[in-house]
This record gives sequence, structure tokens and C-alpha cells, in this order.
Amino acid sequence: MAIANTIREQFPQAVMEIIEFRGDVTVVIDRAALVEVAAFCRDADGLRFNLLSDLCGIDYWPEEPRFAVSYVLYSLPFNHTIRFKVYAPGKDPVMPTITGVYPGANYHEREVWDMFGVKFDGHPDLRRILMPYDWIGHPQRKDYPLGYEEVQFSFNHERIQAQKPQPKE
Amino acid sequence: MTVSRYDLVHASQVDTDQGAAALELEQLRGHVSEQAFTGETMLLNMGPQHPSTHGVLRLLLELDGETIVSCIPDIGFLHTGIEKNMEAKTYEKALVMTDRIDYLNNLGNNLVYCMAIEKLCELDVPERALYIRVIIAELQRLNSHLVWLGTHVLDLGATSVFLYCMREREHILDLFETVSGQRMMGTYIRPGGIWRDFPDGFERELRNFLDYFPSKLDDYERLLSENPIWKDRTQGIGIIPAEDAVRWGITGPSLRASGVNFDIRKAMPYSGYDRFEFEVPTGTKGDVYERYQVRMREMRESLSIIHQALDALPGGPVRSDNRKFVPPPRSELGTSMEAVIHHFKLWTEGFKVPAGEVYVRVESPRGELGVMLVSDGSAKPYRVHFRAPSFVNMQALGAFTKGYMVADLVGIIGSIDIVLGDCDR
Repeated sequence: MAIANTIREQFPQAVMEIIEFRGDVTVVIDRAALVEVAAFCRDADGLRFNLLSDLCGIDYWPEEPRFAVSYVLYSLPFNHTIRFKVYAPGKDPVMPTITGVYPGANYHEREVWDMFGVKFDGHPDLRRILMPYDWIGHPQRKDYPLGYEEVQFSFNHERIQAQKPQPKE
Repeated sequence: MTVSRYDLVHASQVDTDQGAAALELEQLRGHVSEQAFTGETMLLNMGPQHPSTHGVLRLLLELDGETIVSCIPDIGFLHTGIEKNMEAKTYEKALVMTDRIDYLNNLGNNLVYCMAIEKLCELDVPERALYIRVIIAELQRLNSHLVWLGTHVLDLGATSVFLYCMREREHILDLFETVSGQRMMGTYIRPGGIWRDFPDGFERELRNFLDYFPSKLDDYERLLSENPIWKDRTQGIGIIPAEDAVRWGITGPSLRASGVNFDIRKAMPYSGYDRFEFEVPTGTKGDVYERYQVRMREMRESLSIIHQALDALPGGPVRSDNRKFVPPPRSELGTSMEAVIHHFKLWTEGFKVPAGEVYVRVESPRGELGVMLVSDGSAKPYRVHFRAPSFVNMQALGAFTKGYMVADLVGIIGSIDIVLGDCDR
């Protein structure tokens, strides 16, 4: 909590909310100020969050703001941890990249782009990372169906058999 | 100069031209040096089907003779959408999928996912279950390090060590089969404890293994540590400076070999790790040889932890008796109406988890294994994200292989110890 308050004192405009849940402190930050806050947390005396532990996207569809990106930071010298949460609206899912502050965010941000379609402005290499390069859509969005294969019974056997891809001669 | 048409399509291009097809060399601009365009350097695909990539990993290499100018890892060949699939299952059923993420640390994946559920539900775990979890997690670490050592050494040309490692690993898998019924995908650790207690005779078997294994570790070290060929191929290769390792988010033995003492078992003890005495081995230079040494010493520490946990193993139940989350034992179903109701509710609807978001981390054999669990108050996880250590450590391949030979790259891949199942999830 003390760390979150330090950040709030430094950036009263940018910190929108501080949540404490099961001992984890989450600071909700305005996306415009993210890079500035992250750089401050990495360099400030007494904070020194030098390791980016985790970065992941969350889709709250159909609520707005739809997307959130969660950043877990850890400080090796002080052994403390904090989580940032940054929201982006569904119509304009763009975040500033923090690869300039933490180069290790590179793959994480590519994964969030791949899975959620959240763009990271200024990212050096924003390509799909897990899905094939020509995949259409972003699979971990909540409005993206999981998909399944229909079970064949005797009453629908012929219809499904006809739809199945068959090897050519 | 042939380049596969695969990948390297940027976000902006996909947006304007969905499914952009043939890859022009032009799209590599920025990833490779200018010499690649004039033909002075060669572009070479290593993998995805290459024995030394430890799975299905493709590396696009730009070579000047045999020297690596740039290396672009291409992952995703083993992506199975586990995170998405877990959202469609109840918490306990989704647990089975976690085994399949990192196939050398199956029960460790169970552990971190169960710890996240327990944190959300504020579910207590009995003492005995905590100790058993530690024993299992450390056995899993030995198992993973043995596969790492065997394959790593095989890549660099020493076949005999590989066979020895597999022989010892077989003992560990037998132990897993004894406790969980399966060699690899055990799903032994469950929310609120573990599936069942150790079977009769298991402790004796485990102690046999603990007595037998240290001399085998000595054998491996006698074969390798002073072996001039091994030292030639590993010393001074693949150096990762400590500061850069932290900046790139590298964790686990690969970070500790660079001299950074960061082990989650020490820094943020979980599951009772603070009760055991063990050292965190670190290196200084961070080359392939030191990463080898750190892992070898870690195996001895793991053995010591298992010894301590086994000696201090308390009695009592192995799973929480909170019937809202843990199904009643089979024997109660015949006599207790309440037990039948709980059983029915838990296996049809599953348990409901309070809404909230937690991040939990454990030290896997490869580094920080974290899980971000988001619950909306229903019986299915709203979002599960695994912070996979292999995924993050993979970035080191692109960043720290420049200037080495192609033959060294094989050693560097092995020393970072990636598991592609973990990486692609």
C-alpha cells in the first residue's frame, strides 16, 4: 500500500484507483501516463522495480472499457511487488509500449496483440507470435468462439460425413 | 537465397491486407543487417524440425560464414490454446490441462494453479499436504534437470550421459506413477491439498532413490566438469550479463548463473519452503558452463530439501475438509446425505470462486512460473494466464547469441533450458 501511495503522490493525475485484494496491491493507471509511471517505478530510490514479471491481457467484453492489460513488476533489491492495470476501450485498443523501459516486454506485448488485438504503439516488432501469421481474428477475445466438432450419430452421420475434408485422388 | 514465406508479417500489414501471402525479402528489413540484402550474409532456417531445438522451434539465422549476425526465434508451433480452453471448463476440470503446459514440470504447473485458486478462495491446505507438495515439486525439478542435462549434453556430442540421465529419470517417473497413477500427467496436486496420501511403501522407495542418486550425480560431474572437450564447448560461450538478464526478464537458473541471487523459494517462500535449509547456487560470468554448474548444484540442494521434508513429514489429512471446495471421501457417500449433495454439486456445477484477480508465482525448474487468475464469481475461470518461464527466456536467444558460431548456438539453446510446450502453451 505504501508503494502505491508513493506512486499516487508522484502522479496524482495518472493513478485512477488503488485496489487491495488478498494482499496484492493493484494500481489502475491512465494509459497515457503508463510509460512515465513505469520508468519512475524502475528508477526511483526505494522502488527499483527492475524486473517485469508478467504482462497479460484481459478481455471484459461486453463491458466497457473492454480491454485491460496487467503488468506485474518485481523489485530484486527490495523484494516487493506491485501490479499495474491499464484499461483500453474496445473501439480504440491501443496501449503505449513499455519495451523502452523493460525490453523483456517485447514477447509479452506481441502475445497480447496476437491474442486480444490490443496494439502497442511504438513496439519495435509487433507481429503475431503464437498463431500462424495469416490467422484471422484474435482467439482469446471473449466474442471469439471456442469451436468444436459435432459428434457423429446415426441420424446425422451422412450430413457430417459429407462436410468432412476428404483426401483427394 | 531462399526464405520461407512463413511469418514476419507486421501487425499493420495484417490489418490492411488480411492473410498477406508470399514473404518478400523486404519484410525482413530491420530484423537482419543490410548485408543480407546484398547477399553478403546468408539466411538459414534452423528448425522447426531440428533435433537440437528441444521441440518445435524455428530459428531464422543470418550468418556471416559460420558466425551468427542475427537470430530471430519463431515460436508457436506447439500452441494448443490451453488458456482459452480453460475458460470453458470448471476450475477443477481445467486443472487437468495445466499438466500439459510444461511437460517436464507437470506437477509444478498443478501447484501454481492450485495455489492461485486457494488464494482466491482463502482455502487452507493441511500441513502434511504442504510437505508432500514440496517433495513432489523438488522431484519434478530433478526430473526436469535430468532431461535438460541429458539433451543438452547429447547436443554437444556426449551420448552416454544422455542414457544415464534417462535411466535415473525413469526412477523418478516410477515414483510419480506410484503416487498419482501416471508417469507424467499426474494431476496429483489439487485445490486444497493433494489427491491422496502416499501409498504404502512409497517412502521406502523414495529413500532408496535418495540414497542411490547422489553417487550418480558424482558420475555425471566426473564425466563432464573437467572434461576438456566439454569445457571448450561451453566456457565463454553464450554470456548473459547480469543487468541485461534482468532487463530481459530472464529468471531461474539462467539468471542465477549470471550472478543474480533470485529464487522465489527464498524471496517469497510458498508451501512452507521457509522451513527448509538450502542454498541458492549462483555463478558469476553467466556462460553456458556456469549455467551447467548452477543446475548441477541445484540438484544436490533439491535432494537435501526432499530429505528434510521427508524427515519432518507431519501426519494428518492431506486435503482440506472444506466441503464447499473439496469433494467428500467416497466412504461418506453411503451414510451422509450432506456428502451426497456436496459430491453432486462439486461434480456437476463445480465450486464458485469469489470474484477477483490474483497473481501467484512459484520457482519452476526453468524460472518464475506465474499464473494470473481472474475470477468473475462463477464456477469457471474468467481468464487464466500462465507466465511461462520458457516464453520469456526465449528472448535471450535473439538477444545474446550474436557473434557466436552456429555450433555454439546449439549449446546456448540447451543451456537456457526451454520447453516448447511451456513456451507456446
